[in-house]
Amino acid sequence: MSAMARPDGDRVFPPIAWLTTASLASVVVGGILMASYAPRKAPLGVATALLVLAVILLSIAAGLLSHVKDFAWSTFTKVFKWALLAYIVEAAMIEFAFVRNHTSGSSLLIISAMLVIFGVSVPTTIAFTVARYADA
Amino acid sequence: MAEVLDTADFDQPRPPPRPQIQIVPLKGLPIAVLAVIFVFVAIGTNWKWMLMFSHVVGGGLWTGIDLFVGLVIGPILGKMSIPARAEFSAKFMPMMLIIMPTVVTMTLGSGFQIARQLGNLNTSSPNHSWLIFSMCVVGVMAVVALGVLEPANVAVLFEMNKPVPNGERIGRLMKRFIYTAGLTGAMQVATLVIMTRVATQ
Repeated sequence: MSAMARPDGDRVFPPIAWLTTASLASVVVGGILMASYAPRKAPLGVATALLVLAVILLSIAAGLLSHVKDFAWSTFTKVFKWALLAYIVEAAMIEFAFVRNHTSGSSLLIISAMLVIFGVSVPTTIAFTVARYADA
Repeated sequence: MAEVLDTADFDQPRPPPRPQIQIVPLKGLPIAVLAVIFVFVAIGTNWKWMLMFSHVVGGGLWTGIDLFVGLVIGPILGKMSIPARAEFSAKFMPMMLIIMPTVVTMTLGSGFQIARQLGNLNTSSPNHSWLIFSMCVVGVMAVVALGVLEPANVAVLFEMNKPVPNGERIGRLMKRFIYTAGLTGAMQVATLVIMTRVATQ
């Protein structure tokens, strides 16, 4: 990935933070859909479509990120692992609330997958935003 | 000549080294851990008082802090000089990194459980549509806070810890923080309307 500079001197990066945030937005909409139907069964087709969209967006972000040259990977990893720890706790809390309310089967599977996306996309956004300004 | 220059340089009074910012204030972590354990126990036991306590304390702090930061601190910060902003942020932002995720977790975890317990999520409940509206407001706030505000907050702190921080970059990231804090602050007004409607129907 070629390094270009903005007028303010900062490097131009692919829209990784936008993609991870869009992925987060997709699972947030899916989560609201699932929660709004509780205790009834939510329409899984729409929720699955949102989940697939989130996975695609996050995968594109990961693909673009892996091709960035001269990137501060040590800073990215340092921030990512601590943020991941924090968001795993948050995701576990949400999962626990759904399990406690007898969510099961395919609904629970979709919610769990959405929480994995949530737990990965937020730390990626934070770590990328920090690392893009760090010295490689 | 080089020796003369070196000696002259040595005689110059040097500014004191800048203290490193602790990005995550470790002293605050035990309080955050206790709050999270409290919510886990509240959900696990389904004890109404514990759930209400978590929701009211977490929600009150979340709404209050968002309104205060977005509508009072943010505009003041925007009018301060870059060095003053930097000094304030170095002390303020690490605390926000601990406080905000904790109060959000307290509020949402217990709120969902209370809504289930009181039957407010049932479509027959008069509060159902208000709760869906509330989830949408929280959803927008979550995407703005987690996708824009928090990354900018952490990036500012890392930039400040560099030997030579880029003031222009800090100013740009701070601007992002100020605008998004203002947006979430304004959206909290909607939360206040929704929650008072839900409590009085």
